[in-house]
Amino acid sequence: MATKASRSAARVMMAPAVILLLGWMLVPLTMTLWFSFRKYLPLRGGDLGWAGFDNYTRFVTSSAFWPSIQATLIIVGAVLLITVCLGVVLAMLLDQPMWGQGVVRILVIAPFFVMPTVSALVWKNIFMDPTNGLFAHLWKFFGADPVSWLSQASLPSIILIVSWQWLPFATLILLTAIQSLDSEQLEAAEMDGAPHLKRFWFIILPHLARAITIVVLIQTIFLLSIFAEIFVTTGGAFGSKTLTYLIFQRVLESQNVGLGSAGGVYAIILANIVAIFLMRIVGKNLDA
Amino acid sequence: MGRITLDKVTKSFGDVEVIPPLDLTIEDGEFTVFVGPSGCGKSTLLRLIAGLEDISSGQIRIDGNDATHVPPSKRGLAMVFQSYALYPHMSVRKNIAFPLRMAKLDKAEQDRRVDQAAAVLNLADYLDRKPGQLSGGQRQRVAIGRAIVREPSAFLFDEPLSNLDAALRVGMRMEISELHKKLATTMVYVTHDQVEAMTMADKIVVLRAGHIEQVGSPLELYHNPRNLFVAGFIGSPTMNLISGPEAAKRDATTIGIRPEHITVSDKKGEWKGVVGVSEHLGSDTFFHIHDTGLAETITVRAGGEVGFRHGDTVHLTPREDVMHRFDAQGLRIA
Repeated sequence: MATKASRSAARVMMAPAVILLLGWMLVPLTMTLWFSFRKYLPLRGGDLGWAGFDNYTRFVTSSAFWPSIQATLIIVGAVLLITVCLGVVLAMLLDQPMWGQGVVRILVIAPFFVMPTVSALVWKNIFMDPTNGLFAHLWKFFGADPVSWLSQASLPSIILIVSWQWLPFATLILLTAIQSLDSEQLEAAEMDGAPHLKRFWFIILPHLARAITIVVLIQTIFLLSIFAEIFVTTGGAFGSKTLTYLIFQRVLESQNVGLGSAGGVYAIILANIVAIFLMRIVGKNLDA
Repeated sequence: MGRITLDKVTKSFGDVEVIPPLDLTIEDGEFTVFVGPSGCGKSTLLRLIAGLEDISSGQIRIDGNDATHVPPSKRGLAMVFQSYALYPHMSVRKNIAFPLRMAKLDKAEQDRRVDQAAAVLNLADYLDRKPGQLSGGQRQRVAIGRAIVREPSAFLFDEPLSNLDAALRVGMRMEISELHKKLATTMVYVTHDQVEAMTMADKIVVLRAGHIEQVGSPLELYHNPRNLFVAGFIGSPTMNLISGPEAAKRDATTIGIRPEHITVSDKKGEWKGVVGVSEHLGSDTFFHIHDTGLAETITVRAGGEVGFRHGDTVHLTPREDVMHRFDAQGLRIA
């Protein structure tokens, strides 16, 4: 891309992709903004005209709003914490030479290939069912009363399911990062008198900083919008209603497109606030 | 103190024996160089001394104490790695201070030692930079600094100059030699470059396939190579090795003659050949002579002003008194 001719040629060739992506993003965004200012009830009269900021105030003042923000942040935070910590541990274990390494690695990443709906159903019916679930049997074996997971501990249950799905992703990225660590650095640290834990803390963990940042950023994007796992397990009951789920209920269960769109705008704002915080905390790791 | 003794040390990886039983003593304060072609086990030997690899049998003693099962950090040795192995996320100061921090020295003492090492190595201006912002030579010095501050009983260098460009390499060679004179600490240095070995070593250990071929001072090895391998490995350009009737005439299977021990003339001489490539270094000129009937090429050193051209026919006369003779097993005939 050195000459003027090649630069303008590059612009022309990139234009279709840029225009397509912009349209892809801008059309839904403008429509959301548009509907958020309309009183739009599809089954009760359709578009009933201008609503001003009514939708926005109604959405925030609803008693479900702040709990939903709280649930969203708890789920995102807890899943990030679990997947990153366990991911680092698993990546270090998988990095060790062992028998059947190839098979074990495939098994470890397998959960990532299971669709969210399916994995949530599997957890709900096979593990967490209060009468027939494996957990219930385990609890009974030790003489305890089975827990009805999805109602008594709905948030932890959802966190467990989502963590299980995203752990492979974190492990995979962290494993490739660990494999790129120069073994001479570890040997140098060993000769410098650093025992295992200190080698982990001073050499391995700083080396993983960038990979952890990427895991955190990418997972946050997807975790802010988890839906299927809640839909098929608790259906938003028992305090497990996230912002995404609340918007879904407003639009489809209450058939109020305007109100849901206003919620969508709040979701965009929430995502940006989270993004700003994340970039503040971990963004500097991305500077080469 | 830093006297390292290897007693019947062996190392096998699985069924492959990399180091057959090997005995070696490195005296206190000595600059010892392990040299040999790649894959000869010299780096493995260094890692055995460092403790980064366990030996399969035998004993390693450091200052008379059995160190065979002592972990690397407790052996009192410091190592400089080929890749330097600096910690990329730490500043130069933190890199150098790392071993002291691990030894839980107090902050003031850490700073004092780091500043001292930085002064010795001309790193004082770079202490707050990250390794990524340094040049190759500076990184090398940081790695050496990290080794110095521990005040080890011996330094181990694993091909430390192989990542530097030619000019810098010569400079660092001097600096390391200078450092050795200043610290008077035992240094063990691994290289595949015989020029480094010749210029730096007090004692050279020539290795091939895990075997020690010869141990001696640079000039001892140069003048009295024990066998054909050492004769061919030490010296640049390499010794001319000639077998056949010329060797038989001198009661040997192979004779060796160094390029500087052959006189070249256009008039008369014992052997005759055609000049091929000539390398003009200014002070010397090396001629590669073909079609002598002795060997593929014979390398000859002449003065810088001698000017034969490609294709000229020349006559060669070897100096009989400095000729090396080897028997059928490749061993030197006294």
